[in-house]
Amino acid sequence: MGIRFILMVNKQGQTRLAQYYEWLTLEERRALEGEIVRKCLARNEQQCSFVEHRNYKIVYRRYASLFFLVGVDNDENELAILEFIHLLVETMDRHFGNVCELDIMFHLEKAHFMLEEMVMNGSIVETSKANILSPIQLMDKAS
Amino acid sequence: MGSQGGFYQSKEFLDLVKSIGEARSKAEEDRIVLNEIETLKRRISEPDIPKRKMKEYIIRLVYIEMLGHDASFGYIHAVKMTHDDSLLVKRTGYLAVTLFLNEDHDLIILIVNTIQKDLKSDNYLVVCAALNAVCKLINEETIPAVLPQVMELLAHPKEAVRKKAIMALHRFYQKSPSSVSHLVSNFRKRLCDNDPGVMGATLCPLFELIARDVNSYKDLVISFVSILKQVAERRLSKAYDYHQMPAPFIQIKLLKILALLGSGDKQASENMYTVVGDIFRKCDSSSNIGNAVLYECICCVSSIYPNPKLLESAADVISRFLKSDSHNLKYMGIDALGRLIKISPEIAEQHQLAVIDCLEDPDDTLKRKTFELLYKMTKSTNVEVIVDRMIDYMISINDNHYKTEIASRCVELAEQFAPSNQWFIQTMNRVFEHAGDLVNIKVAHNLMRLIAEGFGEDDDNADSKLRSSAVESYLRILGEPKLPSVFLQVICWVLGEYGTADGMFSASDITGKLCDVAEAYSNDETLKAYATTALMKIYAFEIAARRKVDMLPECQSLMEELLASHSTDLQQRAYELQAVIGLDAHAVECIMPSDASCEDVEVDRDLSFLNDYIQEAIEKGAQPYIPESERSGMLNISNFRNQDHHEASSHGLRFEAYELPKPAVQSRIPQTLVASTEIVPVPEPMYPRESYQTTMPSIPSDAGSAELKLRLEGVQKKWGRPTYTPATSTSNSTSQKTVNGTSQGDGASTVSSMRETYDSRKPQVEVSHEKQKLAASLFGGSSKTEKRPATGHKAGKASSHMVEKSHVPKSSMEVASEKAAPAQQPPDLLDLGEPTATSTALQLDPFKQLEGLLDTTEVASAVNGAPAASRSPDIMALYADTAAGIHNENDADLLSGLSNPSVTNMPGTTAMPQVTQSSSKGPNPKDSLEKDALVRQMGVNPSSQNPNLFKDLLG
Repeated sequence: MGIRFILMVNKQGQTRLAQYYEWLTLEERRALEGEIVRKCLARNEQQCSFVEHRNYKIVYRRYASLFFLVGVDNDENELAILEFIHLLVETMDRHFGNVCELDIMFHLEKAHFMLEEMVMNGSIVETSKANILSPIQLMDKAS
Repeated sequence: MGSQGGFYQSKEFLDLVKSIGEARSKAEEDRIVLNEIETLKRRISEPDIPKRKMKEYIIRLVYIEMLGHDASFGYIHAVKMTHDDSLLVKRTGYLAVTLFLNEDHDLIILIVNTIQKDLKSDNYLVVCAALNAVCKLINEETIPAVLPQVMELLAHPKEAVRKKAIMALHRFYQKSPSSVSHLVSNFRKRLCDNDPGVMGATLCPLFELIARDVNSYKDLVISFVSILKQVAERRLSKAYDYHQMPAPFIQIKLLKILALLGSGDKQASENMYTVVGDIFRKCDSSSNIGNAVLYECICCVSSIYPNPKLLESAADVISRFLKSDSHNLKYMGIDALGRLIKISPEIAEQHQLAVIDCLEDPDDTLKRKTFELLYKMTKSTNVEVIVDRMIDYMISINDNHYKTEIASRCVELAEQFAPSNQWFIQTMNRVFEHAGDLVNIKVAHNLMRLIAEGFGEDDDNADSKLRSSAVESYLRILGEPKLPSVFLQVICWVLGEYGTADGMFSASDITGKLCDVAEAYSNDETLKAYATTALMKIYAFEIAARRKVDMLPECQSLMEELLASHSTDLQQRAYELQAVIGLDAHAVECIMPSDASCEDVEVDRDLSFLNDYIQEAIEKGAQPYIPESERSGMLNISNFRNQDHHEASSHGLRFEAYELPKPAVQSRIPQTLVASTEIVPVPEPMYPRESYQTTMPSIPSDAGSAELKLRLEGVQKKWGRPTYTPATSTSNSTSQKTVNGTSQGDGASTVSSMRETYDSRKPQVEVSHEKQKLAASLFGGSSKTEKRPATGHKAGKASSHMVEKSHVPKSSMEVASEKAAPAQQPPDLLDLGEPTATSTALQLDPFKQLEGLLDTTEVASAVNGAPAASRSPDIMALYADTAAGIHNENDADLLSGLSNPSVTNMPGTTAMPQVTQSSSKGPNPKDSLEKDALVRQMGVNPSSQNPNLFKDLLG
């Protein structure tokens, strides 16, 4: 399975994007987001970017006001996930140009499309920015 | 593209997003969203909404759900949107549907049709959108509806489509392996796809397939290695580079796969050495991603068949990680260290101070990781420090999930490595006190058992001392408010069995406490049952000792209450107690012998003792007994077979028929009632554990009823489960015998001797004294037994080799007699016995460890010769096994190596170290060596169910 969910949360703890790779009910999502966001937001810069939670780990990274949180299985390579987050941000950066929280909010579906290209069935399937972005660019052109 | 006023976004949408973005509190956000729900409910069902508008509505629905509110009123509109002709609208529809619905939702059936149609589309982007949905929405039942099309798409000209088709097939495999089991060969085919993206995606399903069944994919080792090589040599398109690393995510996936394929497979591993070595060399260690790949290399190296060069590279990387300022790298370093010490235990020691820093770091994540490492490197020499730390940490945290985990680890380590039973009990008390409700009930039973059995030898004095100290500690602990029920059960049981045994406490002391417990936890019936039985035992012992029994008033009122209890079990116990009190001393002695919980109970299954009686009755004209099955005459024969399991026949009430078949415990109990002189004469199905443990502690052949009896594992583990560390408690118990109760001194001497070692080696300057001390106690064992010779004592090597030569035959002779030994050896150790005398093999060399040990003996003997001396046989014996393996050149045939009979005799060889060392070790090592060998020979292995073996042997 590998990746269980990807969340983007701002520093007030408000969810900006949520993608789950295993089904959780609305209540479960709510509870989980509340719990882990509280956990991660309480940590400082020096501490590890990894937090154990229940039987999985959360790898997180902060960009300005936005936190990227990825829930992974225990045998996942944390550093690689940390860099995966950065790759995602770089990709969004390339598309939006200096991406910020509002870009994601106004183009929520595009952020999701990028994730759809990068992660399937909880595994990282695509890491070439060109490949990730090309369908999105084509759709933009077509519409 | 600007972030605001993007294409086709209405002012309404922009305002919504803005207001959500500006919401200062969750309450405000909720208000906005609830408002939005009302608006949308009205708008979305209006007729003729333009599709751009509809798309926007759907995204607003996504927002509603994302912020934690129900948007199910709009699901159907999202489903409808998937029919749209416009690609963007369609894909948004699919996206919304995948976010809203789980695979079992009723609406899925409406989408499957659309998906089928879209999979046939000429526009590959439409196909891709549909495949995305397939990966999220198709469940086991709907797989056949799309499977043929997905299979066709595996050969689609567009790589993006092939990639997603592979992932769809992967998803089918995850959902229902059997439905696509005939198609998994497609993954192999796609591994050779010209497009690196498709190849990279194929690694995901292959990883899972290989994890499930390694052997079917061994043929791919060469392919994976060659792919990894090409990736590392930058043969892939630049588009896959990330921070100057060639396709790091693909490299990581490949390394994970290789780790699986090479595990325990020397031949496969040899193919990998070169490429993994190259990656070690090439990897950019200054970037995060480079370190991620390096970490994966370490994981791979520690999983495949060990290669000394690679292990060395891995150790270098680890030390770099640990020295780094970045907490992330430290974390990875600690994790990697935990993997590598399985293969080369000696590397832990050089990082001891780094490890302790991590342990004391305020960062919880790092701390936990370090505890995990400590858990992996625990041995009998450092168990006290480690478990102590773990418990302290356990007490300090609130997270129940982790608390449970760490508590069970403490218990496991304590059972496995406990230096003394006193310590074990104290440790258990702490664990129970602070996490009692979280630990497994088996742990409690183990503890009771340990207290009942004491050591496996005939040192009654030590046993009763142990019990007295347990009783005393429990009486003290009972003063604390709010103890966990499990712990109280143990306490009640122990107080009942041994509360008055040593005469320190009077019956009224103990019964008073027991009544207090029953009263304070009055709604815990199990506990009350324990307390009642304990009371009965105390009174029975009093009667048997011909003392006058005065029931305390509170006890009387408790009994009155229980006699009228709604719980039949409690009632029964109370009546039994009443009955016992009414009996004379002789009778009581028979039914309640003191300290008999460990006695075997002979069960006469045929009731043969009744034969005379029956004979007599028949002679008097009684009807002979006809088995029930024969009585009705009509029942089919197979029921006869089932007789053992109660009345399994189809008629009559079935009380226990749905349990797993186990030997007929129930039916035996009435016999116990008549035949045995045991304590609890009546079957009490409500509390099988307690009653069985007292009535029938061990019926060795009876594997099926193992669940009902006390578990033996814990104790057996204590008796020397094999590890590569010198840690059988056999030696502990011998040491206990000689230096009874001075385990304290033992620890201290280790510490002090270790400190000397460090001082002489001058570690990093300015390390606080306390840290050093901690390091010494944590790593002391390893530095003494493993590392020390490797670092400071090169001169000793030659002589140690001499010792080695003369030692090996001896050890092989010693080991040859024990059948169990080869099986006990962890494979890693054997793996190290590679013919090339590599550095790792050398470091593991038992005789250098022995040498190290002897060195310390010198120091330690000044303080207290006994502990070190009594530890030595262990190390020798344990490592002798390895040595035999190594000397036989290979891991191929251990047994033949062990039975190699070329000999120098034993006393002679044990004399060797004494000659080289002037210390006065006396005859101890030899004696305990022999004893140790004997013990191992007879039943260290868990196969022996009867712990009494030890008693006989050591007595």
